[in-house]
Amino acid sequence: MSGIKSTGVPSRELIESTFPSEERRKSGPFAVIECWQEIPCDPCVASCPFHSIADMQNINDLPVIDHSTCNGCGVCIAQCPGLAIFVIDETFGAEDEASIRIPHEFTPLPAVGDTVRALNRDGSFACEAKVIKVRNTKSKTPVIEIAIPARLILDVRAIEPLSRAKNI
Amino acid sequence: MIRECDVLIIGGGPAGLASAREAVKAGCSTVVLDDAMELGGQLVKQTHKFFGSEMEYAGVRGIWIAEKLLDGIAGSPLFTPYLRTTASGLYEDGVVTALFEDREVLKFRPKKLIIATGAMEKTIPFPGNDLPGVYGAGAVQTLMNVYGVMPGKRCLMVGAGNIGLIVSYQLLQAGVEVSAVIEGMDRVGGYWVHASKIARLGIPILTRTTILKALGEEFVTGALIADIDENWQPIAGTEREVDCDFICLAVGLLPLVELFYLAECEMKYVHKLGGDVPLRDATMRTTNPNVYVAGDSGGIEEASSAMVEGAIAGLCSAKSLGAAIPDFDERFARLSDELAELRCGPVGEHIRRGLAECTMEELL
Amino acid sequence: MRIVEHPILKFERGRKVAFTLDGKPMEGFEGEPIASALHDAGVTTLSYSIRHKRPRGFFCAIGHCSSCLMEVDGRPNVRVCTEPLREGMVVKTQSGKGVLR
Ligand SMILES: Cc1cc2nc3c(=O)[nH]c(=O)nc-3n(C[C@H](O)[C@H](O)[C@H](O)COP(=O)(O)OP(=O)(O)OC[C@H]3O[C@@H](n4cnc5c(N)ncnc54)[C@H](O)[C@@H]3O)c2cc1C
Ligand code: FES
Repeated sequence: MSGIKSTGVPSRELIESTFPSEERRKSGPFAVIECWQEIPCDPCVASCPFHSIADMQNINDLPVIDHSTCNGCGVCIAQCPGLAIFVIDETFGAEDEASIRIPHEFTPLPAVGDTVRALNRDGSFACEAKVIKVRNTKSKTPVIEIAIPARLILDVRAIEPLSRAKNI
Repeated sequence: MIRECDVLIIGGGPAGLASAREAVKAGCSTVVLDDAMELGGQLVKQTHKFFGSEMEYAGVRGIWIAEKLLDGIAGSPLFTPYLRTTASGLYEDGVVTALFEDREVLKFRPKKLIIATGAMEKTIPFPGNDLPGVYGAGAVQTLMNVYGVMPGKRCLMVGAGNIGLIVSYQLLQAGVEVSAVIEGMDRVGGYWVHASKIARLGIPILTRTTILKALGEEFVTGALIADIDENWQPIAGTEREVDCDFICLAVGLLPLVELFYLAECEMKYVHKLGGDVPLRDATMRTTNPNVYVAGDSGGIEEASSAMVEGAIAGLCSAKSLGAAIPDFDERFARLSDELAELRCGPVGEHIRRGLAECTMEELL
Repeated sequence: MRIVEHPILKFERGRKVAFTLDGKPMEGFEGEPIASALHDAGVTTLSYSIRHKRPRGFFCAIGHCSSCLMEVDGRPNVRVCTEPLREGMVVKTQSGKGVLR
């Protein structure tokens, strides 16, 4: 057995399946919910100020997001107990650039303007990335937005903790 | 001196505290005994956000839930907690004895008893599993998250259930490296989101892999692991050493049920619930009419369901004492529905099947 | 080693107190379990098993497994994972079953 069930690493196809239409992607930031297993969990639904995540008939239902009303505000990122929500903005920066917002519960936090090591969904090094925004939340799940090459939007899903980058 | 009370709850984890809240609300004098230094059971070390729904504080970190459960009862004259107090005996006249701070024996005579003692960690056999440096995953969590001490520098995690995955993530947050998470099954047993969370930080999850040996004489200096086949037999030639200075076992929990035996509750071995558990009905009553069960001591599950079971046990034990609870039917139905919903998905299947083996259809 | 910075937690520690382990001076925070102060100082062997004299450390850290029994202030078989540290405690590595006095 391979893939997310045995390694925790989702395939590119699986990730792509959470993306909205080409047209919607061109229009601004959007949330992707990488939650593919029916588990009893629903805080994302209530977290969305625009009700873009559909009410669940049953708490085990998979979240369903309506990308036509989601404006990529990113409030849900820090509310998901599974840290499985990211916001991607393909309109950010130059043609071949994009940004991704990632939940990052490590200390010390990077600062805006810092260069950090962006990691792929399997933890391997993806690229160096500039920090665009750091938002700390009351629930202590900081959300960090980094600029990445557009071709890596299916791959980059983490930031190497700074404490660790030093140790290694 | 024998201390009298309406409801005595053994264990102050999510199950016990939720019971206490209902019992106090119903006007019962309620005592909670817990052998730990603070109330909350496993919650006090759970720094991650909880799953479940709003009713069980989903999205709130475990460490903040205990406080919420105590909201409203903490100062009540009906609520008396005893910490560092281990319930150790139960006599035919219904008296419970408990050892307070390892030195004084206290006696209680409750009208109803709720046993919410939780669980303890299992171990697995391999040479060197008794060495210092081989720790239960919960122990490591306690050491680092409650007392702020690093368990070591580099960990090998054995078991990719939720506990193994979550504790691996928490180790990283504390600045400890995790060499790998190994798992005998061909898939992770925990939630995929927990697995993804550590995979993307570079912790490899190795399925169909087992530990052969802990290396070291006085202390763990590494581990020998190997691939296994479908029959869980190590495959020759795949043995390799893992660099680690401690080994964390997250291989399952065992319900703590000694007190049910003392209370002569009818017990049954239910593999899916983790071990011997008491038979119970929908009100959480056991076959002893004065004894209720709630939480992991009745079957290994989750804090969310432990809280709902606890609320049911508290509500129903109070009701059985004749407490006036005008909206009892409504509340009991709502709690029962909540519990059914938590368990109704695919990940709740083994719990449903396990409970079917030990839940009585008829109210006892 | 102590965790100094943590993304979620703030550790409120009691005052520093002195105690001894097998006669050696040690330090820890008042009220924390003895085992935690020892672990911080790198002491991981707490006792030796009764028959084979193999080293024993803690296992459950919540008082349920008896893997951490030591002699504290002359009292044998104290579970040091749940015994709060106090100023001046005399802690000894236990070998065997211990003797009640
Ligand atoms: C690492 C880890 C991660 C987890 N993550 C989640 C999660 O994300 N979501 C979720 O819903 N659940 C989670 N759980 C499960 C959850 O913590 C447990 O299911 C829950 O704590 C069970 O509650 P309880 O009240 O039955 O038992 P406990 O929380 O274990 O409480 C029992 C209490 O009783 C005390 N006690 C036992 N025996 C005695 C005695 N004889 N006398 C006095 N006191 C006694 C114990 O010391 C303890 O304080 C996790 C568990 C672990 C270990
Ligand atoms: S480590 Fe288990 S009782 Fe102390």
